[in-house]
Amino acid sequence: MTIVAPRTEAVAPAAAAPAPGRRRRHSPERWTRLLFIAPAALYILAFFGYPIVKNFTMSLQEYTTKTFFTGEAPWVGLANYVTVTTSSLFGPAFLNTALFTLGSILGQFVIGMALAVFFKRRFPLNGFLRSMMLLPWLLPVIVSSATWRSILDQDSGILNRFLGAIGLTDAPIGWLTDPAVALIAVIIVNIWVGIPFNVALLYGGLQDIPEELYEAAALDGATGWKAFWHITWPSLRPVVSVVLVLGVVYTLKVLDVILGLTNGGPANATQTLAVRSYQESFVNFQFGVGSAYSNVLILVSLIFAVIYLRANRRAVDE
Amino acid sequence: MTTLSAPPLRVPAPGTARRRIPAWVYSLIGVLILAVMLFPIYWMVNASLQPSGNTLTAGLFPLNPDFSGYEKALRDQGGNLVTSLIIATGTVVLTLLIAAPAAYALAQFRFRWIGAALMIIIVAQMVPGVVIANALYSAYNDLGMLNSLAGLILADASHAIPFAILILRTSMLAIPPSIVEAARIDGAGLVRAFMSVVVPISRNVLITAALFAFLFSWSDFLFALTLTTTEEVRPVTLGIYQYLGTQVSNWSAVMATAVLSSIPAIILLVLAQKFIAAGATGGAVK
Repeated sequence: MTIVAPRTEAVAPAAAAPAPGRRRRHSPERWTRLLFIAPAALYILAFFGYPIVKNFTMSLQEYTTKTFFTGEAPWVGLANYVTVTTSSLFGPAFLNTALFTLGSILGQFVIGMALAVFFKRRFPLNGFLRSMMLLPWLLPVIVSSATWRSILDQDSGILNRFLGAIGLTDAPIGWLTDPAVALIAVIIVNIWVGIPFNVALLYGGLQDIPEELYEAAALDGATGWKAFWHITWPSLRPVVSVVLVLGVVYTLKVLDVILGLTNGGPANATQTLAVRSYQESFVNFQFGVGSAYSNVLILVSLIFAVIYLRANRRAVDE
Repeated sequence: MTTLSAPPLRVPAPGTARRRIPAWVYSLIGVLILAVMLFPIYWMVNASLQPSGNTLTAGLFPLNPDFSGYEKALRDQGGNLVTSLIIATGTVVLTLLIAAPAAYALAQFRFRWIGAALMIIIVAQMVPGVVIANALYSAYNDLGMLNSLAGLILADASHAIPFAILILRTSMLAIPPSIVEAARIDGAGLVRAFMSVVVPISRNVLITAALFAFLFSWSDFLFALTLTTTEEVRPVTLGIYQYLGTQVSNWSAVMATAVLSSIPAIILLVLAQKFIAAGATGGAVK
């Protein structure tokens, strides 16, 4: 026994190395290869997989501040979802999410497309101007929110001062304090934040359209708008679908623009599903309800993600 | 366009229509567009240089620049800026360590499940941050990782890692396997070959990924907001939010902090234009 025991121990590690090799020829190599991907796999599992699962189970539990002291989170079935959908804020939040997303995408896309087409021309300073145009996208969103909050201030903000000076408004508009316009204000700011991304992607797409197409069309008399409708738009369609769907998925989860500008107010005028989820979890400490809200958000995102993946596949294929 | 090309010269209309407007006119229009787009950023700088006070009736130009906003900002938020810097740097390191080998594996190794892995990575980019924050809060609470630099670095990397894997992979697809094999024949292991061949070749895209990891993490607001509860570890984005919290009492300090928080983005954009432009389109379409 005493003799055998150490020997097996000594042999075991040495034998372990060639053992897999006997089973498969390139096994050690295979392990090294897996090593390349293992950290990423673990990370994605821990920071995307786990949260999705945890969020789902939390939404079925009564998960509140108490849980952190007692460790108890009783299962409550779909009660949180009932709370969410019967809440007087659910309908408005859903509608606001839809309006916020639709308005933002429409504004970002139309302006982004116009700018991308404009910058397609060759002129001095083009490259420099185009990269400076990216700046609003690179700034921390909370910085943009803070800045816009000062611009949109009802009494002393520069926007109202400007509108008053040119005689467009009689009384200063409460951009962030009037429930009737607050959603429009946050949409405007989000459009501003999103324009650079749209320009960058659409401009990239425009560069890939062969110049000969335009030359051929010009011979047939198609220039300007005609060329845009008959050549630019159809050739750009795969990129457009990617830009739009990606825009929707990114806009659905926007939180910092709204929290920085209005915090969901005034009078809940800028509550969206993402804001609701944040406030239930981290302001009211109703984590179960908060996660139910965010699961609704995931579901909506997922629908668009599927559309995205299909559009993306087509864009890469073509 | 159409109005210009229509009346006088009918025959070679398309060509002349373009030539008639000199290029500098477009430059001028471009400058005007940029001026409108970047006006809020100008306004941020302008407001930061106005005398402090709780009103923000700023003049159009900072004729008598007043730096007391910056003094207050540095006093209140200096530590937070350092915290942000540490977290952003940590996120860059973590992102590159995890994403670079994975991107190489997904570009060059023949695993059967690569399609599925890519799909997961694309979908991961779409998971709302609030979902991650929700789950992490309770996990971090159990693990004692709330209010920690490591906790925020790990969470912030969730913005950057999927993005980095996708742009790195796209560029690594173009590396000819023969160069790596040549190094292996000379006796280098897979890891050595990766470090000495793949990493130097991929320098540019690694810089792009690093820049974006830095910017994503520097800009992070949601994780700072949800995963910190005390002032121990407080990134500057949260500092700004707290300034905005109740009634803003000192706009020039808020705007000075905003300017200071914008500096990394501005520096990187000026110094690394081509990397930023590459990253702007790289992550999304491919």
